[in-house]
Amino acid sequence: MDEPLNLVLFSGTDDKLQAAAVLTAGAAALGKPVNIFLQYWALDAFRRERIDREHGLAPEAGEEGRAHVDALRRAGQASWATTLRDAKELGGVDIEACSLSMDLLGLESTDLDPLVDGVEGVTAFHLNAGAGPVVFI
Amino acid sequence: MSPLLEIAAIVDARGLSCPMPIVRTAQAVKPLASGQIVEVLATDPGSVKDFAAWTRATGNELVEQTSDGAVYRFVIRHK
Repeated sequence: MDEPLNLVLFSGTDDKLQAAAVLTAGAAALGKPVNIFLQYWALDAFRRERIDREHGLAPEAGEEGRAHVDALRRAGQASWATTLRDAKELGGVDIEACSLSMDLLGLESTDLDPLVDGVEGVTAFHLNAGAGPVVFI
Repeated sequence: MSPLLEIAAIVDARGLSCPMPIVRTAQAVKPLASGQIVEVLATDPGSVKDFAAWTRATGNELVEQTSDGAVYRFVIRHK
């Protein structure tokens, strides 16, 4: 249980971020540490003023997928941001912004939602990943 | 259920999808003292295997598990 789950979030669409949030919350409930590294469009979705907006779905979702996602949301499914806040409350979840992606998007730390704990480079991410699996979403 | 079991907290996770029943339960047991009991109600069918796995992994005890077909009820003793 001690090896962390390491998630590299690249995509910024709501469905992929939702899947990542569910994996994170499940691991946190088990007491398993989770390291999340935000790159590219996932980092963009964590902007303070954008995090609670719609971020679309992956192309393969199509219209039918959109309808399924909307139905689950109407049935009361928590947003990915809310799910991550719950997971962080349980403890052991660290969310870091990729410094290269910060440069790419022209972001400062103050532009990011408080869910994000800090900014780090890929070397720090690999070091913290230990022997745990690295999952790219 | 044994009358000796005094419920210290109730988690109503009915209507919540995975992994929220487990997350709410993990939050609910945190402030409890060792040995205190939490009762969970859930409708997510995945919660049956999830609560078995979660209690095994965390050392909390699944004291009772019942279902009326639509609602699953779990009684858990905090480790």
